[in-house]
Amino acid sequence: MSESAEIKVGMSTTATRNERDLIARVLAAETELFHELIRPYERLVYVTIYAILKNETEAEDAAQEVMISAFRNLKSFRGEAKFSTWLVTIAMNEARKRLRKAKVAAEDSLDEPVVEGEGDFTPAVLTDWREIPLAALERKELRAKLQEAVALLPEKYREVFVLRDIEELNQEETAAALGINVTLVKVRLHRARMMLQKMLVPYLKSQAPLPVQGKPARGGFFRRWFQ
Amino acid sequence: MNLECKHVWKHISGYLDKQLDRELLAAIEKHLESCEVCSAILDSTRNILVLTADDRTYELPVGYSDRLHARLEEVMRRS
Repeated sequence: MSESAEIKVGMSTTATRNERDLIARVLAAETELFHELIRPYERLVYVTIYAILKNETEAEDAAQEVMISAFRNLKSFRGEAKFSTWLVTIAMNEARKRLRKAKVAAEDSLDEPVVEGEGDFTPAVLTDWREIPLAALERKELRAKLQEAVALLPEKYREVFVLRDIEELNQEETAAALGINVTLVKVRLHRARMMLQKMLVPYLKSQAPLPVQGKPARGGFFRRWFQ
Repeated sequence: MNLECKHVWKHISGYLDKQLDRELLAAIEKHLESCEVCSAILDSTRNILVLTADDRTYELPVGYSDRLHARLEEVMRRS
């Protein structure tokens, strides 16, 4: 193991130990410490719910409910899963509950039955594709389009995408939080990504001039600038 | 191993997550070297993921944390 990896592991062990200690103390009536316990996960809980519901007010209210529920049910946290995974599970359930209530109409039209296990989804093929310049990332409307596209994903794909690619949970944590197996996480994630690729490609096209006829469409400069 | 585009598309996610076995990875790399279409699909998907993970894409509402802790405080007082 490299030195930096050792430090990282060491830090995460310390963090887990501190977290366990905090949980024990909250349960032993030092309730004020709950504020400290959840502070690192405020963003995780809000963004998970917001990406599912796409409504700021609703997501904030739901995030508060999740934290209150976590406070009230802390006793039932067994420490088998990570505390963050436990919180995400509660957040996901809260988001699902609210989504059912809101009966998001947009989803019904998109949620066609798909046979899982086959990765045959066709991505958007662009023959005149060029890489987007870094400046594109600064574009607010692109972020808005991405949020919209994520919100349009069928629920089961959106959930996996939110946990894996927005929250950057690993496959095992995602599977645990959603109560599905790792293979299904992989399949759904692939489909979610391909659907987003298809929806977003028109907005990712660069503003660069069209290529000279007879030359390849893709210039070398912007190629794979994220590698 | 010579791959068709459709075969490569099935593995874009696995490729980005570095989950492919060595043989498949080598075959895909080889295909990508000569296939503009697949390279473009791969690049665009990767770019979307970078944008997704950027904290600026999903921002917290101003005052969210304060309101959250104030509400928790209220719940704790009553419990």
